[in-house]
Amino acid sequence: MDLQAWTFLIVGLTFALYIGVAIWSKAGSTRDFYVAGGGVHPIANGMATAADWMSAASFISMAGMVSFMGFDGAQYLMGWTGGYVLLALLLAPYLRKFGKFTVPDFIGERYYSQTARVVAIICALFVSFTYVVGQMKGVGIAFSRFLEVPLEIGVLIGVGIVFIYAVLGGMKGITYTQVVQYCVLIFAYLVPAIFIGLMLVGNPIPQLGFGGTLQDGTPLLDKLNLLNQDLGFSAYTSGVKPKLDVFFITASLMLGTAGLPHVIVRFFTVPKVKDARISAGYALIFIAILYTTAPAIAAFARTNLIETVNDKEYDNLPNWFSNWEKTGMLTYDDLNSDGKVQYYNDKNEEFVNGVASEKGWKGNELVVDRDIMVLANPEIANLPNWVIALVVAGGLAAALSTAAGLLLVISTSISHDLLKKNLMPGISEKGELRAARIAIAFAVIIAGWAGVNPPGFVAEVVALAFGLAASSFFPAIVLGIFYKRMNKEGAIAGMVTGIFFTSIYIWYFKPQLGGYGTTEGLWWGISPEGIGTVGMILNFIIAIIVSRFFPPPPLEVQEMTESIRYPGLSSKKQKYSAFEE
Amino acid sequence: MKKYWHKNLQYLFGLLFIWFVVSFMMGIVWAEDLNAYRIGNFPLGFWIAQQGSIYAFVLIIFVYVYLMNKLDKEHGVEEK
Repeated sequence: MDLQAWTFLIVGLTFALYIGVAIWSKAGSTRDFYVAGGGVHPIANGMATAADWMSAASFISMAGMVSFMGFDGAQYLMGWTGGYVLLALLLAPYLRKFGKFTVPDFIGERYYSQTARVVAIICALFVSFTYVVGQMKGVGIAFSRFLEVPLEIGVLIGVGIVFIYAVLGGMKGITYTQVVQYCVLIFAYLVPAIFIGLMLVGNPIPQLGFGGTLQDGTPLLDKLNLLNQDLGFSAYTSGVKPKLDVFFITASLMLGTAGLPHVIVRFFTVPKVKDARISAGYALIFIAILYTTAPAIAAFARTNLIETVNDKEYDNLPNWFSNWEKTGMLTYDDLNSDGKVQYYNDKNEEFVNGVASEKGWKGNELVVDRDIMVLANPEIANLPNWVIALVVAGGLAAALSTAAGLLLVISTSISHDLLKKNLMPGISEKGELRAARIAIAFAVIIAGWAGVNPPGFVAEVVALAFGLAASSFFPAIVLGIFYKRMNKEGAIAGMVTGIFFTSIYIWYFKPQLGGYGTTEGLWWGISPEGIGTVGMILNFIIAIIVSRFFPPPPLEVQEMTESIRYPGLSSKKQKYSAFEE
Repeated sequence: MKKYWHKNLQYLFGLLFIWFVVSFMMGIVWAEDLNAYRIGNFPLGFWIAQQGSIYAFVLIIFVYVYLMNKLDKEHGVEEK
């Protein structure tokens, strides 16, 4: 069977599976719809959280980024996993004890203020929309490259699938579909890594394999350091980025993870506080399986790429090279007209004036989009077609599962936080459920439209999403739990300061957002991706100072804050959980 | 009750301190120096940054879960 037939078969099968699961787990109540009835087993919840969290970026882009960045890629590996420690220790158990549906719910009740609730709703909507657009674009690319359907149709199919199971099943449908999607995506990620590890270093466990030795007995990483340095790049296992910047970016990604509403909401779906704690642990195990494999794939792919392509005759290159050239994600320009491919670091002046000019190289001739490393990896390693098809299905599973989780947050923010808790408090459960379904339908359509006509700055806005989550939600929630004296004035002042500071900094230093886009004058050399950390610190400081000038929160709020600290204890307020209201 | 909460905070600070040292200090600030040592064929700093820290995160969460479940029982605040 050829690649396209395999892709249609495997993608078709997985899609049929998702719809089947969705029909089986249809939602009957708002509690089903928002938090899957609050009865999801921690292991299932862990898998669903992992699928929810790992997006097209984790599956498709991350290994490629690490591959090109070498050591510095660790900022993504640590940044996107370390946040779960904060979630498990500082947030999840207390939010579960609080027992409502959403993050704006917590902010609104804890800070006894509709203003705080509205600020939280706006943040939640902005962060989630930013994210979902990127997923839809990923779906479109996967379809257009491998199934050779136009991008628009690809997005339309993706939107249709998400629409069916999100509208039908709500959180319940989404959770159980995500469990299946996790299995698909992790299988798809591991199979090529295992194959390539066996071929390259004879070790089936990628995590160990990239510390293995090649056939000639040299350790893979030493070889890779040598390959890199021979081409004017820095050694693979050492960093080049300023440590302070890496520090702040890592922190910002961790804090952002812990502040993302679609991640936090997962911990409302388990039965007990105990389960919320362990859920974060299971989720991180399932995430770690992919995140510890990614650096192995990165090292394998980089070795394979350099060895297959560099200084080789263009006419004798394997088929995958020209296939990817057609997509424009890989370009070759024979600058010195010798018919060979020269790939090297032409920004390294010493190397350019030394080795490169001696050999008659006139500039780097190969540009590789980092996003193709995972997708092209099986082809580069000459693996069978079904493996490639599997990777496509895995990428789609990652994008769809994340999109679904985000769409649910968007619809909940509108039907529950905005309508039920703010504009139309008298709405019936049936009415609220209908509003939630209508909201999700609209969100899917807008996301689909944005996926077809993506604003050019999607990747840049994701930095903003993390920065905002880190600088707004994270401090507000942590203070709400650990500092009883924190009042609404302090919390609102802190959130607003954090958001404004972070977005202005990012806007100023990101040309794609219409700012000045200069890298001159970055504060302490911190790039926009890392500024959320500073925003968070500012938020904490402002919130604490401002809260001192205003009276402490009302007694019942203090009592509630006290009661969420003890798993088995119920206060007066606690007894009226949202689903019985 | 106060004792339960204080013990919880102690666990939190202890574990978050380990979390910080492993990821931010060993994985970033000291990584270059640690690369002078090796674990198998991996330079140590590189291994911590791209593998070890992630294992440590998982471990930290499970240690916390274990400690808290024990603490809940000792103080009789677990859910029925």
